Amino acid sequence: MRTEAALDSPRENADMNEWPEPREELVQILTPDGERLEQPLYDRWISDIDADALVALLEDLTVVRRIDVEATALQRQGELGLWPPLLGQEASQIGSARALREDDFVFTSYRENAVAYCRGVQLGDLVKVWRGTAFSGWNPFDVGMATPQVIIGAQTLHATGYAMGCKKDGVDSVAVAYFGDGATSQGDVNEAMIFAASFNAPVIFFCQNNHWAISEPVGLQAVRPIADRAPGFGIPSMRVDGNDVLAVMAATRIALDRARSGGGPTFIEAVTYRMGPHTTSDDPSKYEDRASHEEWAAKDPILRLTQYLEGEGILTDEVRAAVKSKADDVAREFRAECIGMANPEPMTVFDNVFAEPHSALDRQKQQFAAYLSYVEGSTR
Amino acid sequence: MSEQLTLSRAIGAGLRRALADDDRVLLMGEDIGDLGGVFRVTDGLKAEFGAERVMDTPLAESAILGTAIGLAYRGFRPVVEIQFDGFIFPAFDQIVAQLGKLRYRTGGAVSMPITIRVPFGGGIGSVEHHSESPEAYFAHTPGLRVVSCSNPQDAYSMIREAIRSDDPVLFFEPKRRYWAKGEVDLEAEPEPLGSAKVVVTGADVTLVTYGPLVATAIDAAAAAVEDGVSVEVIDLRSLAPVDFETVEASVRKTGRLVITHEAAQSGGLGAEIAASITDRCFYHLEAAPQRVTGFDVPYPPAKLEEQYLPDLDRILDAVDRVLGRENSLTGWSAK
Repeated sequence: MRTEAALDSPRENADMNEWPEPREELVQILTPDGERLEQPLYDRWISDIDADALVALLEDLTVVRRIDVEATALQRQGELGLWPPLLGQEASQIGSARALREDDFVFTSYRENAVAYCRGVQLGDLVKVWRGTAFSGWNPFDVGMATPQVIIGAQTLHATGYAMGCKKDGVDSVAVAYFGDGATSQGDVNEAMIFAASFNAPVIFFCQNNHWAISEPVGLQAVRPIADRAPGFGIPSMRVDGNDVLAVMAATRIALDRARSGGGPTFIEAVTYRMGPHTTSDDPSKYEDRASHEEWAAKDPILRLTQYLEGEGILTDEVRAAVKSKADDVAREFRAECIGMANPEPMTVFDNVFAEPHSALDRQKQQFAAYLSYVEGSTR
Repeated sequence: MSEQLTLSRAIGAGLRRALADDDRVLLMGEDIGDLGGVFRVTDGLKAEFGAERVMDTPLAESAILGTAIGLAYRGFRPVVEIQFDGFIFPAFDQIVAQLGKLRYRTGGAVSMPITIRVPFGGGIGSVEHHSESPEAYFAHTPGLRVVSCSNPQDAYSMIREAIRSDDPVLFFEPKRRYWAKGEVDLEAEPEPLGSAKVVVTGADVTLVTYGPLVATAIDAAAAAVEDGVSVEVIDLRSLAPVDFETVEASVRKTGRLVITHEAAQSGGLGAEIAASITDRCFYHLEAAPQRVTGFDVPYPPAKLEEQYLPDLDRILDAVDRVLGRENSLTGWSAK
């Protein structure tokens, strides 16, 4: 989708600024083969990640993948209306969310179920939106995470405003906006970056470039790497391997540190790949090139961490069994919570529209109550 | 030549015909190319007409409408797809503050022959922003024509007519009826936009609706026959302007009016129709016009949409009310 013309240098005879070379390379600490690279600029940010912490990350990655697979199965069985798989994006979500503090606040899109898991969202609450029993599975203030946003990119402005508020209140909490490559085309996302820069807001723009906006390849949204856009707004950016949980964690910690110490916003492009469909309603065979899919399958985030831990002698049979057992338990509980969920009572359709009484709505509510009892009476 | 088509296929056939008939017609939208749209309405059109005429756009609704306006300035006839009803709002400014005003602003010098296709309405168990009925915002906006089809033949003819119009047209597609089949005469000469249609003839009550609830209204009329009540059903088809002559003629005959739509009640199409018909034929009315609508709440989660959506029973309850028969509000008064 990138055109040759778009990548041409400015004409030599015009007084235009030179374009920097596109930043194609990624920050990587764990290679797809599970080899650990020396990255002096990043290593010091994850020096505390010891064997136990690495196993905890492997467990997180494994558990959220199990949740995701289980949810897809539940949708196929008619228990969920829809599900947006995060398959392939586990490291981007876990690596960033596990870097956060409890008092940070995240504003996500609808695919960030691994982020929600890390924030402490209960398993049953994860699926309420997708089962259709509620629009909000949890109270945002209980877990420091807003309700997943469906309107593409809208949440980036909310994160920026929240961060402006943190600054006004003199606290060092940070807001994180999660969004995808498609969202970067929306006005809201660009406007959020302008506000964040102008007000030096402690916000992280965490873009998971999963290569697809439903059927549209990332090249339709951006003719150069997305991370290259941020400097134009006055926001520094990093471009990291989104399937490398350590690189993602290091980059997020750097951005958090900048934000907490008054440095303002940072943009992180985590380059990953959506290995599943957009949602369970989608059919990627209509548009996806199988070769790209296979290429990215070899870069799997769990596979590389597993290989690294095996090489280090950390992944013993005992550890492996414990991780599997945890994933099995979570999957079982997740399924039970989903299937056992009660439907909302009919009259709750009127709840929580306003904080204070509203005469027009109250009248409709009373009339509908009269209707329900009339219908009930006539069918008996 | 006539064919059995689903409503979504019928729109696709109308788009194909418009692309073939006029090389200035362009389709623009998210996922309309290789995927053929999330409802497959544009399936196969990119392969047939090429990526210059069937354009997948970046994910930005305001930009889709804004650039469509620029293309119209340049003499193109863009047909824009907004993927779901609830996704139209980023483009609201371009539609309301620009598109609807350009002819007026330029003293008639600039035409905006843009068609905006919007799958709308609920009943498909979907997530937030995927089941809304935003038509009243646009019907309220000067300079915009607003229509909604309810069956495959109208879908085919009306989309062609909308594209042919030199005015901007909001074309609302009833997404839960996309899979409804019907006979489509592909050679039928489209009727001009703007006319309503009596789809069931009756004598006692006039039932006015559009889009997804036309099928529900027809079912309600059939059920009313069993109660000895004769309901006339009108499919408005055009929401701006409304064909009040057709509605008025019916109400002069029946003396009773029920309006139903999925959108919330306050400030909705039902209010406009009730007020206008009361004005036009007050002395022919035997009862106050009744509205059966969604409640004044955001479109609810899937497990509550059954409560929210007007259905056959709620419509018949309102029919009983205008007939002075026992109904859910008999003896009711506000607390």
